Amino acid sequence: MASTSQTARAGGGRLASLTNWIDDRFPMTRMWKEQVSEYYAPKNMNFWYFFGSLALMVLVIQILTGIFLTMNYKPSSAEAFGSVEYIMRDVEWGWLIRYMHSTGASAFFIVVYLHMFRALLYGSYQKPRELLWIFGMLIYFALMAEAFMGYLLPWGNMSYWGAQVIVSLFGAIPFVGDSLTEWIRGDYYISDITLNRFFALHVIAIPLVLVFLVVAHLIALHEVGSNNPDGVEIKKVKGPDGIPLDGIAFHPYYTVKDLIGVGVFLILFSLVIFYAPTMGGYFLEHANFDPANPLQTPPHIAPVWYFTPFYAILRAVPNKGLGAALMGLAVVLFVFLPWLDRGKVRSIRYRGPLFKFFLFSFAISFVVLGWLGLQAPTPLYTNLARLFTVVYFAYFLLMPWYSSVDRTKPVPTRVNYHAH
Amino acid sequence: MTEKVDTGRRHFLTVATVATTAVGAAFVAVPFLASWKPSARAKAMGAPVEVDIGKLESGAMVKIEWRGKAVFVVHRTPEMLATLKSVDGDLRDPESNESDQPAFAKNEVRSVKPEYLVIVGVCTHLGCAPLDKFTPGDVTVAADWQGGFFCPCHGSKFDISGRVFKDVPAPTNLPVPPYRFVSDTRILIGAETENA
Repeated sequence: MASTSQTARAGGGRLASLTNWIDDRFPMTRMWKEQVSEYYAPKNMNFWYFFGSLALMVLVIQILTGIFLTMNYKPSSAEAFGSVEYIMRDVEWGWLIRYMHSTGASAFFIVVYLHMFRALLYGSYQKPRELLWIFGMLIYFALMAEAFMGYLLPWGNMSYWGAQVIVSLFGAIPFVGDSLTEWIRGDYYISDITLNRFFALHVIAIPLVLVFLVVAHLIALHEVGSNNPDGVEIKKVKGPDGIPLDGIAFHPYYTVKDLIGVGVFLILFSLVIFYAPTMGGYFLEHANFDPANPLQTPPHIAPVWYFTPFYAILRAVPNKGLGAALMGLAVVLFVFLPWLDRGKVRSIRYRGPLFKFFLFSFAISFVVLGWLGLQAPTPLYTNLARLFTVVYFAYFLLMPWYSSVDRTKPVPTRVNYHAH
Repeated sequence: MTEKVDTGRRHFLTVATVATTAVGAAFVAVPFLASWKPSARAKAMGAPVEVDIGKLESGAMVKIEWRGKAVFVVHRTPEMLATLKSVDGDLRDPESNESDQPAFAKNEVRSVKPEYLVIVGVCTHLGCAPLDKFTPGDVTVAADWQGGFFCPCHGSKFDISGRVFKDVPAPTNLPVPPYRFVSDTRILIGAETENA
């Protein structure tokens, strides 16, 4: 192993002496090695492993475009809607920066949902990766808060009434509900005060929390090591040099692989930005092209697509308090997966038929509930939502049973890998 | 060196320091958390609103804005009040058991004085603004319409006391805000009692 600093020291030169100067004062080379060039990841990671690095890239896109949007946006009820229109029409390239940000929000959720589904497929939340999974879930919760508050900022009528519906959900909490909603809004209705505070949380508070959690997520990942599609712990079989036999250095092998993922992603991302920025009303809802009006609701209120599976669960329950509780549970239950799963194997490749059945019916129920949450409720749709709510919860609540009795296949000691 | 460490003293000092810090942190948290409550200006703007109803003709309605919501004040005619009994059977919650109103309004007139209805003009379904459809027999609402409120968004219907009809999406009657008569011709919307 020729380490960078040794080569640099041997090679001499100005750059090398600068590196040495820094390394004596800050562990630059050591951190680079530990986290990147000598971080050994399993060599069999497939396309499902693109979405972590893509999520990081979308976070950077959101922060960059967000900073530039705040330069022209005005967080007041009198000016917010107009300032967004100003960005779209009058600011040079403002439309592009705004569409990058609005499309980025949906892209973030697409990437994160796929990233999470990968963890469900390959049992990546299992011991010893519980804390890694919990950090990931905290990122997801912060992301939901970030998206919800960001959606109020354009001060369109759907922004307004979406916030109204979501904030009023806190009113379902017994005893403190009404004073809690008043505290969140800072007023007796969603007003200028609410907008201004959501702006502060959206641009400062939650992004800081997000960045901190992402760092914690990565440190935890590099401590326990990446899982892989076989769910085999590669650290168990090491070569004489102490490096896992099935491991390859993150840099250059996975940096190169991830760059290809980034390329494909950016092509798709650009197609949406340039040809379908509203995605037919799914990424930017049509009712939001009217300014917020506290005295007039849009004819049909639906949240943006990434919240609709939970919205469908909320509507499926005839009791407001119980519906809100069930919706909260649907989100929070993910956190407990490491302890609900009693399976002895990690990967879907070696799981039994019961696990496969419950996982895929869960995936289907998530998509169907997401679609139902976008529709106006009819008796048929409400009954469908109830059915799929049961399927959704069955995945979690029956997991201790089906994951322990399932007929699993023997797990190999080394990963499956075919050179290409 | 064999000097003995006084672990009891160390433990006491640790606990005392942590406890003092926790108390300090709790005190510091108060102003930040309390700053989220409605400000003095928000409270002033959400203060009760006084309305002069002396010039409100019989059968007419005015809209007042209170806390960002429309409040309807209707001067009801004896004919309007007469319809309340006849629609009872078609209502979901005629006694206002499931609905939101001050105690004085939990009856069929839902008001302090029967001839003056004061009601929040926000549909209990999804918060649209209902329309005043006071003309009996208004076929745009229903053939046997007796007069009341109609929500154009999803077709919810309410009688002239804001009580919701059966088989419409709205779950409960229109809410009655707290209010009181300051004099015979002046209503204070937003407060039921003198000192509120």
